[in-house]
Amino acid sequence: MEKYRIDQSQGLEFGLYSLGDHIPNPLTGERISAQQRLKELVEASQLAEQAGIDVFGVGESHQSYFTTQAHTVVLGAIAQATSKIKLSSSATVLSVSDPVRVYEDFATIDLLSDGRAEIVAGRGSRVGAYHLLGVDLQDYEEIFEEKLELLMKINDEELVTWEGQFRPPLHHAQILPQPKNGSLPIWRAVGGPPASAIKAGYMGIPMMLTTLGGPAVNFKPSVDAYREAAERKGFDPNELPVATTSLFYVADTTKEALQGMYPHLNGGFQAIRGGGYPKQQFAQATDTRDALMVGSKEQIIEKLLYQYELYGMQRFMAQIDFGGVPFDKIMKNIEIIGNDILPAMKKYTAK
Amino acid sequence: MKIVALAGSNVGSKTRTATHKMVEIVQEKYPEHEITLLDLAEYQLVFSDGRNYFDYDGDTKYVTETIMAADAIVIGTPTFQASIPATLKNIFDLLPVNAFRDKVVSVIVTAGTSKHYLMVEQQLKPILAYMKAHIVPTYVFIEEKDFLRKEIVNDDVLFRLERLAEDTVMVTDAFAEIRAKKDAEYDF
Repeated sequence: MEKYRIDQSQGLEFGLYSLGDHIPNPLTGERISAQQRLKELVEASQLAEQAGIDVFGVGESHQSYFTTQAHTVVLGAIAQATSKIKLSSSATVLSVSDPVRVYEDFATIDLLSDGRAEIVAGRGSRVGAYHLLGVDLQDYEEIFEEKLELLMKINDEELVTWEGQFRPPLHHAQILPQPKNGSLPIWRAVGGPPASAIKAGYMGIPMMLTTLGGPAVNFKPSVDAYREAAERKGFDPNELPVATTSLFYVADTTKEALQGMYPHLNGGFQAIRGGGYPKQQFAQATDTRDALMVGSKEQIIEKLLYQYELYGMQRFMAQIDFGGVPFDKIMKNIEIIGNDILPAMKKYTAK
Repeated sequence: MKIVALAGSNVGSKTRTATHKMVEIVQEKYPEHEITLLDLAEYQLVFSDGRNYFDYDGDTKYVTETIMAADAIVIGTPTFQASIPATLKNIFDLLPVNAFRDKVVSVIVTAGTSKHYLMVEQQLKPILAYMKAHIVPTYVFIEEKDFLRKEIVNDDVLFRLERLAEDTVMVTDAFAEIRAKKDAEYDF
C-alpha cells in the first residue's frame, strides 16, 4: 500500500470529489457563473483540508452542465491553495488524451504540491469528450486499455519504449518531469458491474469503484471479482487499495438531509441523465444498507462502517456538490464531516 | 397530460392509418389533452450508439425528447418476422434504461395474419416492462382485412380503438393520482 501512499494504520481515508458539474440550483432556478463555480471548488478544497479530509478529487467532462474540462488546471490551482490534502482526478478521461501529456501534467502537479498528486483514469460515462476530441466510440474498450497500459508503463519505467495502435511509438523516451518520489498512484475508475472491476484486477491497478446508490451489497461482487482477478494474475490483493465513491449529503437531522439533497439529486439526474431520481427509491436511501450517503451524521457513520466491513476499502470519496448545491450547504457538509464523521471513522478504523 | 402517438414503422400504411385514427379519436374525445403524432416514416433517425438521448442531433433528438416528455405513449407497431420492426426497436435502444418509469404505454398492432396475435405479449411487452412502463393490459390487434384503401373498415376495430384511447387516459390519470398520493407521504 505504501506505493500508493496509503497508510492503513490511519484508518479509512475520506475524500471529497467533484465532477465540476454546472447545474442550476433547482430551488432558485439560478445558475452561478462558471468562474464562481471554479473559484468555489478551490475554496472547498481549502475548507476540506482544514476539516482534516484526506483527498480532494476533480473530474473531467466535456459537455454542457460542466466546468472542469481542464481538470488538471483546476488541480494545479488547488495544489497552490492547499498544503496537505491529496489531489486526485475523479476521473481523467484517459481515452481522449495522450497518456504522455496526462503523465506530464500530473507529475507537474505532484512537484508543485510536494508529492500529493494521484491519477484516477476512466473511460468517461458521458460521450461528449469523444465527439469533441475526435475519438471514435467504436474504439471505446481498446483505446482505454492501451492508453492505461502505457500510462502505467510511463509510471514504472525511466526510459519508455512502446508501440501501440492509437499513439505514435516511443523509443527510449524520457517522460519529464518525474514526480517527486519517482512514481504516482494511478487508479482505475470502475462503474457498477464486475466486468471492468475484473479488468482492473488483471492489471494489478488500484480500483476506484462508483457505488452511487441502491443496496451496497450489490457492489460487493465487483470488489470480490477485482481481488480474485488480481490474485489470479499473481498480484497480492492486500497490496492493492480499493476506493468507493458515492453521492453524499449530511445534515443535523434525517429529515433535513432528505429535504436538502432531493431537489439537487433529482435536478442533477434530470439534467445529466435525462430522467429524475424516483422519490420511492430515495425514501429507502437512509437505510444503512443503501449505498447512497444521505442522512444524519449518525446514519452516515453507520453506513460508512457497514461498507467498510462489507468491502474492506481503503478510501471513501464523497460527492457533496452534485446538482447545483449552493456553497453554504457545501460548507455545512464539510463542517459536519470534519467535526463528527472523520473523528468517529478514525476511531473505529485506525489501528 | 401529454400523449405521444408513435407510428413505429418507416414503411407501409396499416400501422400509420391506425395510429392516425387513434390521434383523431383522442383529439375528439379529449381536446384538453395534448397529443403529438410521431410517424417514424417522416423522420431520419440514426441508430443508437449508447449516448444520452438528448446528445443526438436533428430528428433523433426531437423524437426521443418528445417521447421522454410524454405522460402516455400509444405505440403503433406492424409485425415484421414475428416481431416489432427494427425502427421501433431502435427507439427503445435510443432511450435510457428506465425511460418509461411513471409513463403509461398502450399498444396498437397490425399484422398480415391472425397467427401473430400474441406477438405483442411475447415480443413487445417484455421490453416495455423492462423499461418500467405502466402497460395498458389490452391492446388492439388489427389485420389486413380490417383495412380498405388506407381506411379502417371494421367497426369492431374502431370501437376497440376508442376504448384503448379511454383506457390510456384513465390509466394515466389513475397512476398520476396514486403517485401524487404516495409523494405526499414523503416529507422531502
